[in-house]
Amino acid sequence: MSNPAIEIAGLTKDYPVGFWRKRMRRSLDNLTLQVEEGEVFGFLGPNGAGKTTTLKLLTGLIFPTSGTARVRGRSIDDVAMHREIGYLPEQPYFYDYLTARELLDYYARFSNFSDAERKERVSRFLELVGLASAADLQLRKYSKGMLQRAGIAQAILHDPKVVFLDEPMSGLDPIGRRDVRDIILDLKKQGKTVFFSTHILSDAEMLCDRVAVLAGGKLQGVGAPGEIVSLEVHAMDILFELRAGRTLPAGLAESVTRIGGRFHMEVPEAQLYAALDELRDCDARILSVSPVRPTLEDYFLRLVNNERPVSHGVEVTAR
Amino acid sequence: MKQPSQNRALWTAIVAVPVLLAAIAFVQTRIDSQAGSASLQREDLLLRSPSAIQKMSLGYDPLLADVYWTRAVQYYGARFGKKGSTFGLLWPLLDISTTLDPKLIIAYRFGAIFLSESGTAGAGRPDLAVELVKRGIAANPNDWHLDSDLGFLYYWRLRDYAAASDAYLRGSKKRNAPEWMAVMAARVAQKGGSLETSRMIWSQIYESNQNPKVREWALQTLQGLKAEDDEKHLDEIADEYQRRFGRYPKSTSELHAAGMLEGIPVDPLGYAYVFGPDGKAQLDPESAVIIPAEPETPPTPGR
Amino acid sequence: MSSAPMPVAVNTFREAVRDRVLYNLVFFALLMIGAAILVGQISIGIERLVIINLGLSAISIFGLVMAIFIGVGLVSKEIEKRTLYSLLARPVRRWEFLVGKYAGLVLTLAVNTAFMTLGLGLALYYVGRPYVAADALILVAVYFILLELALVTALALFFSCFSSPMLSTLFTLGIYITGLFASDIREFGELMKNPGLKIAMRVLYYIVPNFHNFNAIGAAAHGEAIPFSVVAQNTLYAALYVALLLIGASAVFSNRNLK
Repeated sequence: MSNPAIEIAGLTKDYPVGFWRKRMRRSLDNLTLQVEEGEVFGFLGPNGAGKTTTLKLLTGLIFPTSGTARVRGRSIDDVAMHREIGYLPEQPYFYDYLTARELLDYYARFSNFSDAERKERVSRFLELVGLASAADLQLRKYSKGMLQRAGIAQAILHDPKVVFLDEPMSGLDPIGRRDVRDIILDLKKQGKTVFFSTHILSDAEMLCDRVAVLAGGKLQGVGAPGEIVSLEVHAMDILFELRAGRTLPAGLAESVTRIGGRFHMEVPEAQLYAALDELRDCDARILSVSPVRPTLEDYFLRLVNNERPVSHGVEVTAR
Repeated sequence: MKQPSQNRALWTAIVAVPVLLAAIAFVQTRIDSQAGSASLQREDLLLRSPSAIQKMSLGYDPLLADVYWTRAVQYYGARFGKKGSTFGLLWPLLDISTTLDPKLIIAYRFGAIFLSESGTAGAGRPDLAVELVKRGIAANPNDWHLDSDLGFLYYWRLRDYAAASDAYLRGSKKRNAPEWMAVMAARVAQKGGSLETSRMIWSQIYESNQNPKVREWALQTLQGLKAEDDEKHLDEIADEYQRRFGRYPKSTSELHAAGMLEGIPVDPLGYAYVFGPDGKAQLDPESAVIIPAEPETPPTPGR
Repeated sequence: MSSAPMPVAVNTFREAVRDRVLYNLVFFALLMIGAAILVGQISIGIERLVIINLGLSAISIFGLVMAIFIGVGLVSKEIEKRTLYSLLARPVRRWEFLVGKYAGLVLTLAVNTAFMTLGLGLALYYVGRPYVAADALILVAVYFILLELALVTALALFFSCFSSPMLSTLFTLGIYITGLFASDIREFGELMKNPGLKIAMRVLYYIVPNFHNFNAIGAAAHGEAIPFSVVAQNTLYAALYVALLLIGASAVFSNRNLK
């Protein structure tokens, strides 16, 4: 195994709750995880699962109750580690009396750039996130989407090797989301490691090399999106049309959904051929037969409803 | 589990804070010593106007009055009895205190004694003392103590027996006034100044005043008055001796030997009286008793 | 390494300017102009005294209000507004952030005070007096005011690290007022009979920041010389106490989990 970009071992965070702050609420329970260099890694889970807590722990905003983590070999407590990371917080707020250009310039000053280089970078990244025209407007006048873009810009303008994004798509319209997707893919092309949390599963499926699923503070599963979802085929879906004047046999009518002029029928794999025979009997025009695979969403929902999801070929942490 | 950076910050503070506090305390003592020697000479009370202070006190007058009263006591205590002491700030401090809190009776009573006292014991300004006490009477018309202080001032400092008698009389009519007030009014009106009256007045001051400095001073004065009385008495006996033996006695033992004295009289501090070359009785030079001086003519008003 | 506080300081200054804080200078200018004109009319023989007393007192009060009201928000505002999140992810240590915020506000106060001193100088000139050597004492008094403001700012910053703006204001103001009466605490202690209490008051006296040290307004007004040793001691006192507060603030803030 090559040097992991992010190594998390037993990371735990307890918060004191209650009036006297005596009771502890565990918002992250013994997270152990590794992310390879150059990976695009998705961090999934419902609200309150501990995703943001994990990101805040990794970026040093909060301190772990126990456990360690290293980024590119450096402890998260080491300030030098911060040179190599970029962070987009969830719902970013910025100094609203600054313009986007001033904001990026300010943040860039914490890295060692020459004045010329800093100026160039600021312009380049403003361009990249589509804020070039609004660059000299005060941030208090920005829409949510514009703030999100500014947030992404400040996370990557200093060329960090590891980028942490908390809900990068939030607040963006479809064009914005496509832009962000392109940026993430471009970062990957540059060999950077991207660690982002989201609850938009289709984005995760599309972008990520691997995903981890967090729920109730615990890691539920890690693997490629394709792996984590069951390869088991449960049922087959038949798409067909009825020729003019024909109707469905009574027995079939219940297990069919109609969309426009077409019908979908789900049958258990074992009964596929019997169903096809029935359809042939009523002279239906078969359009397609495809396996029904649970999507990541199904996996997700079942997880949330506390059902033990069936998954194969998955690195599940021993829990 | 604390991160190293958290521990570093914590331990730096744990180590640095006591060290810095010690250094700060040290620097403060240097600052104070510099200011201390200066402030005895350079008497600085930047705001002397009571009305200005009152406006600035934002309604916390009584609290500020207490602060100024405390300062007055401290100011007086630091200077009392020291050679070359002046008490120029005593009046403003008492003025401010009583303006901010007109019911601060102790301040009026303190001023009555020590504003008027002379030498290294007071400001030597009986006129200001009278003004202060009169203000106190106006603000506290039911308190007989202030009238007795006014009577004291007129009697002891200003030798104005008519005014003194008036003051005692007025006070004697006030609530809870003791009987001796009326008696005093009559005595002073009839006899004016006498040693016995003086001793009565000073013992009343001792009895009725709570302030330890005032009581101490009253005791001292009473001792002096007793000594004065003893000396007068001894002088009479010495005159008799002179008539009998043709010369003044050299010591009290001679008087005792001649059967004119029972025992050897001592002053309130226990020292035997001696006779001077002029035949007048005197205190033993070692004795700390001080016979109160005659009051000087009050200075013309105007600070 | 220690260059990180610098951009924070500059940004803090910029924020103050954009928050129109420096507009208070307008009020100060009006005050000085009004006073100069009034006093010039009456001509009661103490024009210089009045202008200096009023001017220096105003400089002190304006500066104090600014130091407290901006100071208590230095850290708490950034936490509340979450602007701190993206900042602390960068290579800047927590203490560097604090020092930067502190320096930025002190810079703002210094600039503000400088302009006000200028205004005071002009008012003095208008009142029809040529400048005298003793006027240099005004600068010493202003310097002492700056030291005082630096101390108050450090206090406000310290509280800002862990308590809300309102509470921080109460604490800071409370300590400031107590510090004004520091010498009374000492004298009060002297008067105590109980030796244990006497020592306790003494200790309290040394712990409370002694703001009375920095009051040179009367001296400047009356043209009384201030020895250099006093200037040095006051500077040292302020520096030590500010260091104490910043180290304390750093310990608190470095251990704080940000919501």
